[in-house]
Amino acid sequence: MPIIEAKNLTYTYPGGTEPAIKNVSLTIEKGDFVILTGPSGCGKTTLCRCFNGLIPHFYAGRLEGELSVARLNVIERPIYEMARHVGLVFQNPENQLFALSVEKDVAFGLENLGLPRDQIRERVDWALQMTGIEELRERAPHELSGGQQQRVAIACVLAMQPEVMVLDEPTSFLDPLGAQKIFEVVSELNRKLGVTVILVEHRLDLASKHANHVIIMNERTIVLDDEPQEVFDSESARLIGVGIPKATKLWVMLRQNGVRLGRAPVNPEEAVQLLRGVLQRDRS
Amino acid sequence: MIEVKGVCFAYPTGVEALKEVSLEIRDGDFVAIMGSNGAGKTTLVKHFNGLLKPASGEVFVDGVSTRSVSTASLAREVGFVFQNPDHQLFCETVEEEVAYALKNFGFEEGIVKSRVTWALNLLGLTQYRQTSPFMLSGGERKRLALASVLAWDPQVVVLDEPTIGQDYEQKEKLRQFIVQLNAQGKTVVVVTHDVEFVADCGPRIVLMAEGKIVADGDAKEILTNKELTFKASIVPPQMTQIFVGLADFGLPTDVINVHEARRILLGFLKEEEKP
Ligand SMILES: Nc1ncnc2c1ncn2[C@@H]1O[C@H](COP(=O)(O)OP(=O)(O)OP(=O)(O)O)[C@@H](O)[C@H]1O
Ligand SMILES: Nc1ncnc2c1ncn2[C@@H]1O[C@H](COP(=O)(O)OP(=O)(O)OP(=O)(O)O)[C@@H](O)[C@H]1O
Ligand SMILES: [Mg+2]
Ligand SMILES: [Mg+2]
Repeated sequence: MPIIEAKNLTYTYPGGTEPAIKNVSLTIEKGDFVILTGPSGCGKTTLCRCFNGLIPHFYAGRLEGELSVARLNVIERPIYEMARHVGLVFQNPENQLFALSVEKDVAFGLENLGLPRDQIRERVDWALQMTGIEELRERAPHELSGGQQQRVAIACVLAMQPEVMVLDEPTSFLDPLGAQKIFEVVSELNRKLGVTVILVEHRLDLASKHANHVIIMNERTIVLDDEPQEVFDSESARLIGVGIPKATKLWVMLRQNGVRLGRAPVNPEEAVQLLRGVLQRDRS
Repeated sequence: MIEVKGVCFAYPTGVEALKEVSLEIRDGDFVAIMGSNGAGKTTLVKHFNGLLKPASGEVFVDGVSTRSVSTASLAREVGFVFQNPDHQLFCETVEEEVAYALKNFGFEEGIVKSRVTWALNLLGLTQYRQTSPFMLSGGERKRLALASVLAWDPQVVVLDEPTIGQDYEQKEKLRQFIVQLNAQGKTVVVVTHDVEFVADCGPRIVLMAEGKIVADGDAKEILTNKELTFKASIVPPQMTQIFVGLADFGLPTDVINVHEARRILLGFLKEEEKP
């Protein structure tokens, strides 16, 4: 069952001379884990802002086409109603945080949902724990390091456990173990609760193993929409300059030298398996 | 070039961000500072151009203590790009943003013009000359922050998370440029979590944890050390992970980049074929 459907979405920011996204059409199924990637400036953040109604309700400008998210027509429904179904982690965490303490920031959305006190407490504790910032709960968000701020921004959305979670480069400030942990938590919500995930990410190395669907944008529109292996192995992805995982890159380079390894690996574990096969064959 | 001697620093809130840190960065060094979130990396590098002054200890830039000079006078020599570009951008147009410091430092008009053109081209922003910095995408804003500092060609560049928000191609361009800068004798300091970027550059790595420096050595030595990487919340490069998984075939495990990986694997497969 599709949870997001866009038809010919075109949007121009106020004062913009050209559309920031053009003719975007896509279907995302409930429970999908989607990686949305493409060169800097291609329109990823703009598309994310459409999913939760920031566009067209907060950013004015001109939006054409159709968009339904979680059975709601985004163009007609107000932001507060979309917020019950769609959570967005901003690309720049500083723009998302405003409360006087970490704890208050994370509780804010839950209070708006009207959840009972003890449930709010429980969700806040859980989200702080998942993002590894329990000791920072009393601290002011603007007095934290970049990565700590980003953890707060993620905790805010995790706590809401929305039906659709949109994460715009959520780990750009995180240390690699922290990033891995966040991808695992999000992946678990995806698998266990069926949360639909849309993750904007350049470093496919880290995230690709959790995804079942990859969308690549270029020059403000969608140019590839497929399963991870198909996309990473495709010539067009490389031409656009999408950074394929290093494990896949090794596979491509070895293939150029005549070493056949079967299907393209998207992570080191898969590469190890394939290489072990070849090395063993070679040995016997 | 930069000498940090027993520096302690605490924020007004009482957080002790640096505890007795000592470090020497020589003229022409290429250093990557890595470590967990909150380890004190940004706090440390803000001492390099006097943005922060030590509570105790001393920081010397080119032999002069940062206590005795203003940040403005250090700025020309030590170019600093903030982790978050929003802390740095304030002009009306992209072009003015890049020209601002150049004009301030008294470059003549012709040079300002040609440096602006050069920097915008390097960072792929030429099409946005007349655009407001606040109408750029996240990655574009970061590149503008980089452009506005690289434009005046400082002797030392300190880049806090330069690859944030950059796609593969931009990152590769930036990497080649940084390597070239360093080859020309400039001192380069990058703060980064981007392991693959570091593996491709192969600089000296300074590892921080909880306000202290816990290791200092070359990229290969540090990135393939399991205990150290874990301590600094680093996931080893993909190539290291792969070669650790193949260790029982007698292959080396200290491999960090993909070209090296290919060479070793091809060599190994050929050798096995011979007899
Ligand atoms: N607030 C804004 N006002 C006007 N134009 C904007 C605004 N934000 C972005 N743009 C423009 O819209 C286009 C798409 O930007 P967007 O932020 O969606 O890109 P992106 O794919 O998220 O890039 P990045 O990877 O760098 O974050 C860019 O050309 C950008 O300059
Ligand atoms: N403005 C501030 N006021 C108070 N404390 C701060 C401030 N900025 C940072 N800190 C604290 O100082 C410590 C070091 O922060 P710093 O920003 O140097 O870390 P970092 O290593 O750069 O981390 P990151 O990888 O997340 O950017 C952290 O515990 C952080 O919470
Ligand atoms: Mg973006
Ligand atoms: Mg920092």
